Amino acid sequence: MSWLDTANLNLRKRRRRALYFKSICSLFTWSCFVLLAVLLVHVGHKGVGLIDVDFLRNAPSWRPEDCGIWPAIAGSLWMMGLTALISIPCGVSAALYLEEFAPKNRWAHLIDVNISNLAGVPSIVYGILGATVFVRFLALEQSVLAGSLTMSLLVLPVIIIASREAIRAVPSTIRHAALALGATPWQTVVHHVLPTALAGILTGVILALSRAIGETAPLITIGAVAYISDAPAGPMDSFTVLPLQIYSWTTKAQSEFQDLAAGGIVALLVFLVIMNGIAVWIRHRAEGNAN
Amino acid sequence: MKNLASFAICVLLASCGASADKVTVKIDGSSTVFPITEAVAVEFQREHKDVRVTIGVSGTGGGFKKFCVGDTDINDASRMIKDKEIKKAKEHGVGFIEMPIAYDGLSVVINKDNNFVDFLTVEELSKIWKVGSQVRTWKDVRSTWPDVEMKLFGPGVDSGTFDYFTEVINGKPGACRSDFTMSEDDNVLVRGIAGDKNALGFFGYAYYVENRDSLRVVPIDNGAGPITPTMETINKGTYAPLSRPIFIYVSEAESDRTEVKNFVHFYLDHAPELVKAVGYVPLPDSVYVRDRKRFDDKVTGRATTGG
Repeated sequence: MSWLDTANLNLRKRRRRALYFKSICSLFTWSCFVLLAVLLVHVGHKGVGLIDVDFLRNAPSWRPEDCGIWPAIAGSLWMMGLTALISIPCGVSAALYLEEFAPKNRWAHLIDVNISNLAGVPSIVYGILGATVFVRFLALEQSVLAGSLTMSLLVLPVIIIASREAIRAVPSTIRHAALALGATPWQTVVHHVLPTALAGILTGVILALSRAIGETAPLITIGAVAYISDAPAGPMDSFTVLPLQIYSWTTKAQSEFQDLAAGGIVALLVFLVIMNGIAVWIRHRAEGNAN
Repeated sequence: MKNLASFAICVLLASCGASADKVTVKIDGSSTVFPITEAVAVEFQREHKDVRVTIGVSGTGGGFKKFCVGDTDINDASRMIKDKEIKKAKEHGVGFIEMPIAYDGLSVVINKDNNFVDFLTVEELSKIWKVGSQVRTWKDVRSTWPDVEMKLFGPGVDSGTFDYFTEVINGKPGACRSDFTMSEDDNVLVRGIAGDKNALGFFGYAYYVENRDSLRVVPIDNGAGPITPTMETINKGTYAPLSRPIFIYVSEAESDRTEVKNFVHFYLDHAPELVKAVGYVPLPDSVYVRDRKRFDDKVTGRATTGG
């Protein structure tokens, strides 16, 4: 066998391996898709029929036919809004400081490691922290504000990490150019770095908020209620959220409530899709502006 | 950035409105009692539109933690208050009025296709569930039963249900073998037992009633012959020792507030029908009368030994 034949054989082997690898990857991709489709069809089949104006407008009840999900929707909206207001400014500022201004010393490194670790802490731990600090110590009681602050803690590491990635990806030539033309560091950041990184930052923010909207455990710990008849009237009001309402229905004995839970899940999914849709839209615009 | 912030503000404004100046009755506690209190709250608020009732589900113990420091007005409890909790309440100057409001009959259930189990005695239950139990197969329980492995299901160790069952069966709350499938969600237990021919488990009566088609309930013999849990045997107390009373605890200090007083009165007046409607067993009428008298006279401390 000449060296050419051996090389050919090798090539064929390598090509075949590449093909295997490609097939396995696409198999996994599609099986994820199939799983999602099965879930959507299953839940949709049970839940979509239940969703009507009354379901969206009513409060939960012990009679399945009277049940609605309005307090949970309003609670989730409140919590998302407040969490966004608190966590986005904090998270993005922290990321900017760490990337653009902080000296690269041992302290910065320590903070760095800590933030990465915090992103992996189980959510219930944040619940306990929130119950101690916000509910008790700051006496915010079982309010939307206490819940939002807890959720902000939960999502902050994710927002910081994602924002830093985005800021790091901004070519340093842009900074150099701005500074060379006499811009202050502040102007450089506000006019050049931030707009360029915006799309990436928003992706991180939306991922983080989507996580927050599905959390139940920390909110039970801080005292979000399982039954409430109306929407919160202010940030100091008691509240419930969609996942908690869904959980409360799934644990009931009567099978009608299991169907209601499916309806609740559909509502939650729609919520998520709308949120992601808005994010995509904002991103699109941001990208357009940046270019 | 600006867009997102203004979006968030819009969302906040959009969800504003309604319910600004309502008085609130704050309830927390057991998820077992939750369906009853929820039903009462829904009906109560139809008549009292100016009152808002909120109910949490931190569990009996979690609820008492808040109740004993004065955070809540009423605590739902699927067991009696513990000495430790009474001490804590006293430290914070919280007096409590204890009121049994329904029975729950813990039901021991098996798979529909299990045709050899006719009943179980309390001793046999204890043999199965005690700490370090050697029971592996059905034959280990009774020698005439087949030599097939037994699969055990039970509620999580934090629940009042688990505490009560282990107390009356094994003699000490929480004393139990640990190698069984546990879940805080009774529907998980229902599905587990319905799907395994050799399963045995226990949970609240309401969950058995809703799943009669896929489960079989085991009559329990406490020396007076096997008794099946039904509305009647639980209510009369003949289904022993697994019928247990469940309670609400009302804070004495808060019981003067009109909305709390009205709510408790409404609770006791409508308990018989609403308790039944959500799948639990009402107490004898005399108990509700006694509850009401204790509430009106503000008799604090432990009420009863049982119903």
